[in-house]
Amino acid sequence: MGTSDSFVKFDKVDKSYDGETLVVKDLNVDIPQGEFLTMLGPSGSGKTTTLMMLAGFETPTGGEIYLEGEAINKIPPNKRGIGMVFQNYALFPHLTVNENLAFPLEVRKLNKSEIEEKVKKTLDMVELGEFGNRMPLQLSGGQQQRVALARSLVFEPRLVLMDEPLGALDKKLREQMQYEIKHIHERIGITVVYVTHDQSEALTMSNRIAVFNDGKIQQISSPDVLYEKPENAFVANFIGENNQIRGKVKSINGKNCVVTTEKGDDITSLKINVNAVGDASTVSLRPERVEINSPDSNFENSFNAKVKELIYLGDHIRTRVEVCGNDQFIVKVPNSYKGANLKEGASVKLSWKASDSRALDLG
Amino acid sequence: MFRDKIMNETTAGSILTTEGIPLKVSLQKAERRNKIRAVLLVAPLLLFILFTFLIPIGDMLLRSVDDSHINTVFPKTFKEYKKWDRQDLPSEELYKTMFFEVKESEGYAIGKASTRMNYAKSGWKSLLKKSKRKFKKIEEGPYKEQMIAIDKKWANMEYWKAIGVMVDATTAGYYLNAVDLKYNVDKEVVRQKENRRIYNHTWFKTFKVSVLVMVFCLMLGYPIAYLLSTLPLKYSNLLMICVLLPFWTSLLVRTVAWMVMLQQKGVFNNLLVMSNIIADENRFKLMYNETATIIVMTQILLPFMVLPLYSVMRTISPNYMRAALNLGASPLHAFWKIYMPNSVPGISAGCMLVFILAIGYYITPELVGGKDGQMIGNWIAYHLKTTLNWGLCAALGAILLGVMTVLYWVYNKLVGIENIKLG
Repeated sequence: MGTSDSFVKFDKVDKSYDGETLVVKDLNVDIPQGEFLTMLGPSGSGKTTTLMMLAGFETPTGGEIYLEGEAINKIPPNKRGIGMVFQNYALFPHLTVNENLAFPLEVRKLNKSEIEEKVKKTLDMVELGEFGNRMPLQLSGGQQQRVALARSLVFEPRLVLMDEPLGALDKKLREQMQYEIKHIHERIGITVVYVTHDQSEALTMSNRIAVFNDGKIQQISSPDVLYEKPENAFVANFIGENNQIRGKVKSINGKNCVVTTEKGDDITSLKINVNAVGDASTVSLRPERVEINSPDSNFENSFNAKVKELIYLGDHIRTRVEVCGNDQFIVKVPNSYKGANLKEGASVKLSWKASDSRALDLG
Repeated sequence: MFRDKIMNETTAGSILTTEGIPLKVSLQKAERRNKIRAVLLVAPLLLFILFTFLIPIGDMLLRSVDDSHINTVFPKTFKEYKKWDRQDLPSEELYKTMFFEVKESEGYAIGKASTRMNYAKSGWKSLLKKSKRKFKKIEEGPYKEQMIAIDKKWANMEYWKAIGVMVDATTAGYYLNAVDLKYNVDKEVVRQKENRRIYNHTWFKTFKVSVLVMVFCLMLGYPIAYLLSTLPLKYSNLLMICVLLPFWTSLLVRTVAWMVMLQQKGVFNNLLVMSNIIADENRFKLMYNETATIIVMTQILLPFMVLPLYSVMRTISPNYMRAALNLGASPLHAFWKIYMPNSVPGISAGCMLVFILAIGYYITPELVGGKDGQMIGNWIAYHLKTTLNWGLCAALGAILLGVMTVLYWVYNKLVGIENIKLG
């Protein structure tokens, strides 16, 4: 089973708690060694359950999980050699930071000097070298988070799992920790499986992102692909901001297709997730790919719109317009002379390329 | 003006409010209303406890050293007594004061005093009773010969010497009695006669039973509390009701139920005989002995162990155990090194609670303990109700209180009182 690019392999894994509904359905993922894979999804989408199965705290109802080619369903969590950072850290409150870090090493019966050295080295890595004798509750949230990270790495596991590790931190600290975790990952090259519901966190840190919904992976690809080329309406909507226009496929022409809205506007889009003429479809379009009043005539799509609302956001102006029967259509207008001239109620011309609009499923 | 104010602040060293009143005074004023409110809220309970608990307990404890009553009955005699050389029989003068104080005192006061005197030397009570009756006929002195004629005990040095133990207004005699010691007539501390040594044995047994009950409660309660704390709420509530059920049943009913269960012709033994596990003549003796006391007290006190354990365990995140397993510890190691230390506050609280309740237990040992299963509480009740030796009751109670205080202090040194958590 073990090939070089499948360090961790989920093979047709199902999970049910009550025997009636599946929380994870037919999960198939290959994770190559050294990858930072993020499982992203709304709560209840099955991402944490998947992580718990990998850690060994939940047993798959069907299918098999392989680690380095070895089936691990029957291996108890303490024999898996997988590090984990828990939600709210789970630092042992009755042990000092040093003792917390020494715990996995003592269990592995390393000798004292070796333990001391490794604990110190790992604490230094997370820049907490002087805090070894503190109790966890004497540390700030960010420091506790680093200790938890250090503890999951100190015994040099082959794989580290992180279950929403930054959820309890404030925004600024969270962003700082994202970079730190990313840099540590790059430096020691360990394989990381990361669970979060925060898309910007996922985009910042990951090599690949698996978007979960309804117990299934909707799409698994690198952050840029996920953002630029979502393959279904859920992913397009979940990652980043997204305009959606509903309609029916009127014609298909190679890579492209034409979707007709209820109001009769024809939108030329990439054919992504529609099969035949007459299919219902959602056309997805990023707000920053729409031009307002462009003099250029190279756009396949060009419509008249009415400005409904302007929200000033400093570097850009969020403009809500009504176009093709959708009055929740957002355009990001850079804060230049163009934006300054917009008025609520004004009529404008919107244009975008066919290659930027994607005809997806109904969602 | 603002500048002046700054100057004022720095020179006077106190900060002023905008209106120029010192900040501390102003704060006190603002807080006074809250303080009065707090005092008023607490006052009813405080007064209730003061009059129904603290004052009676204090009064009771004083009785353990109090020896003043007898001094009010025989003030002149005791004054005269101090002149006696303790070598030969006392002088006519001492006999005379004793004669008049016995003759002229009220019968009730003499009776109470004679009970006390009997503790110092048995025989005093009957002597005084007889004397009180016969002294009426004696009209004039000399009294010494006439008293000895009434009862020869008046010529016995032992009786006169024994008074020496009682002349002070306070006595340690009750405490000595409580640990199988006593004053002899010369006020030297000696051991009780062999057949009267009962308390040291009972003290030992009381501690043994309390420790065993505590240990059994912990052994039985810990797994239950663990299960309760890990189950989903709907199941744990049901189980919790089972644990609390004993609380809602009368103590007496439960104790009597145990008597039905455990006696030799009881349910438990019958089942064993019926299923041929033991022979009819080898029935276990589970009732009216120490075993019965331990079994029944363990069952009755179990909720007091489970509740604090449960409330502490519920706050221990399941992620601690998961983290320990994840870090490579075996389930047993993870439990011992991670879970158990985090449950110590619950263990401490449960053990303290059960031990304190057990050490003073009375009704259960009384009913199921037989002769062998009696604890110190039973002796306190016995002296309180039957012999009316309240001084000894108070001394036994005070020792119990003292031992608990010492244990509490030791516990505080070892574990730290802040580690107790009742919920």
